Amino acid sequence: MEIWDLHCHLSGLPGRTPDERLGKLIEYADRMGIARLCVYMGMEWAYDPSPEKLREDNDAVLRAIGRYPDRAFGFAYLNPKHTQASLDELNRCVRDGPMVGVKLWVAMRCNAPELDPLIARATELKAVIFQHTWLKITGNLPGESTPFDLVELAKRHPNATLICGHSGGDWERGLRAIRPHKNIFADLAGGDPTAGVTEMAVRELGANRVIYGSDVAGRSFASQLAKVYGANIPDSSRRLILGENLKRLLRPILGQKGIRV
Amino acid sequence: MPRRELIDVNVNLSRWPMRRVPCDDTRELAAKLRRQGVTQVWAGSFDGLLHKDVASVNARLTEECRKHGRGLLLPFGSINPMLPDWEEELRRCAEAHRMPGLRLHPNYHGYKLDDPALGRLFKFAAERGLIVQLAAIMEDERMMHPRLRVPPVDTRPLARLLKETPSLRLVLLNALGVLRGPVLSELLDAGETYVEISMLEGVAGIEKLLQHVPLERVLFGSHAPLFYCEAARLKLKESVLTQEQLSQIRAGNAARLLASAQSGA
Repeated sequence: MEIWDLHCHLSGLPGRTPDERLGKLIEYADRMGIARLCVYMGMEWAYDPSPEKLREDNDAVLRAIGRYPDRAFGFAYLNPKHTQASLDELNRCVRDGPMVGVKLWVAMRCNAPELDPLIARATELKAVIFQHTWLKITGNLPGESTPFDLVELAKRHPNATLICGHSGGDWERGLRAIRPHKNIFADLAGGDPTAGVTEMAVRELGANRVIYGSDVAGRSFASQLAKVYGANIPDSSRRLILGENLKRLLRPILGQKGIRV
Repeated sequence: MPRRELIDVNVNLSRWPMRRVPCDDTRELAAKLRRQGVTQVWAGSFDGLLHKDVASVNARLTEECRKHGRGLLLPFGSINPMLPDWEEELRRCAEAHRMPGLRLHPNYHGYKLDDPALGRLFKFAAERGLIVQLAAIMEDERMMHPRLRVPPVDTRPLARLLKETPSLRLVLLNALGVLRGPVLSELLDAGETYVEISMLEGVAGIEKLLQHVPLERVLFGSHAPLFYCEAARLKLKESVLTQEQLSQIRAGNAARLLASAQSGA
C-alpha cells in the first residue's frame, strides 16, 4: 500500500539548504516505505510570522519541493493577521505555483473572522486547509486553536476541506468535537503513539476521515506509523488512512495542475 | 539458526487508570508482544501507580507473569517508599517473588528524589542485586486528566544519589522526552544508568541518541500497552545502525544488565 505523509517539516534536520534537508528526510522516508511527503513552514519557525517571513518560509518549501517534485508536495504557510499578504502568498504559491494546500499554525485562533477570506480563496483554488489544533490542560498559546474553534470555522465554510491538526492533541475530546462535521478530517500526527487513538478515530469518524501524518522532524516516522500499523482496524481502513484519503482530498487540485497520481 | 533476541524493558500489565487500551489483558498482550518478536519482557503493573495495597499489586503481577508469560514475562515490583513498612515489600519482591528488579513512580507516589527514603531504597536494592527502574513520566503532561495531573519527575537530585550508591543499576523509563543534553549526560556519568527508547522522538532518533549516549546504556523499551508496541521496533528500522548497535539495543545490553544483577557482579 502506498503511504503518503500529510505532515512534514524542514526544521530539525541536517542540511544547509531546504532541498538538502528534504533530501535527508526522503532518505529516511525511503527506509520506512513512504512515497510522498507534504511539507510546510520553513527552516526556522515563527509563531506570528511577518509578511516577509511568510514569503521566506514559503520560498524555502518551494525550493525544497522543486528539487523533488515526484516525492513532495507543499502547503503555503499563511498568517490571518496579514490578510492581503496571505492572499498574495496563496496566489503565488498555489494558484501560480506548485503548492496544493494551506498551513495555519498559532498566529490567531481559527474561529476569528480574519480567516474567512483565506479559507474562501483556498477553497476556490481547491487547496486543502491544515489547521494546527491542540487542547492542552497546561494551557494553549494565545493564538493556538482548538478543535472547537475549527468547528466554528467549518460551519461558516461547509465547502472547505479542513484538516484538524493532531486530532486536537487530546484526541479523546478532539475527535468528539469534530465528529459531526463531515468536512473536517483528523490528522493523526504529532502526539505520542498512544494505543487506541486510531481505533477511536475510525470508530467515531469513519476510516475515510482519518489521515496519517508524522510531524517529522520533531517526531519520528516510526512512532507515527505505529499508530496505523499497530491499530486493531481492518486493512482496508489502514489503506485509506495511510494514503488513499489524502490522495482523494488532493486529487482535485492535483488534477487542476496536471499532476497524475 | 539462533532466534533474534528482543528484550522489552518497559511494559506494564493490568489497566491504565484513564482508559481501556488495546491489549490490557495479559494473555492478549503477551501474544501480541510475541508476534512482534519480543523474547523477554520486563513487566511492571499499572496498578502500582495509584493502589495503596502494593503487596497485592506485586502478588498479582507475579502470578500474571507466571500464568500467561510462559517464560516471557519477568515481574518488576512496585515500591512506594512513602508507604509504611515499604522495606518489607522490597524484601518480598526479592525473596518471595524472586523478582529481578523494582519499578518506581516518584511523581505518582508524591516524593522528591532527595527524600532520604529513596536513598535507603537504592541502598537496599543495590545490596540485593535488584535492578531499579524509575519512570520519569507515564503520559504527555499536556493531555492528562484534569483531576490527575502528574508533573515529570525532577531528576536533579539523582546524580548525587547515584554517586552515593555506586553499585546500583538504574534504568530510566520514559525519560528521553524530558531528559536531554548535559542533564542526561550527568546521570549517565554518575552511575550505572540506562535509558530506553519508548519516548525517544525525532527522525532517526536512535542515530542521534548514540552521538551522546554510550551504546551500552541504551535499551529497547516500548511502553506497551499504553503505546503501540510497534513504535519502538520501527525506530530500530528508521535509524541507520550497525549490526552491533542493533544487537546490543535489541537485547545484548539488557541481557548483560540482568545477568550482572543476578550474579551480583
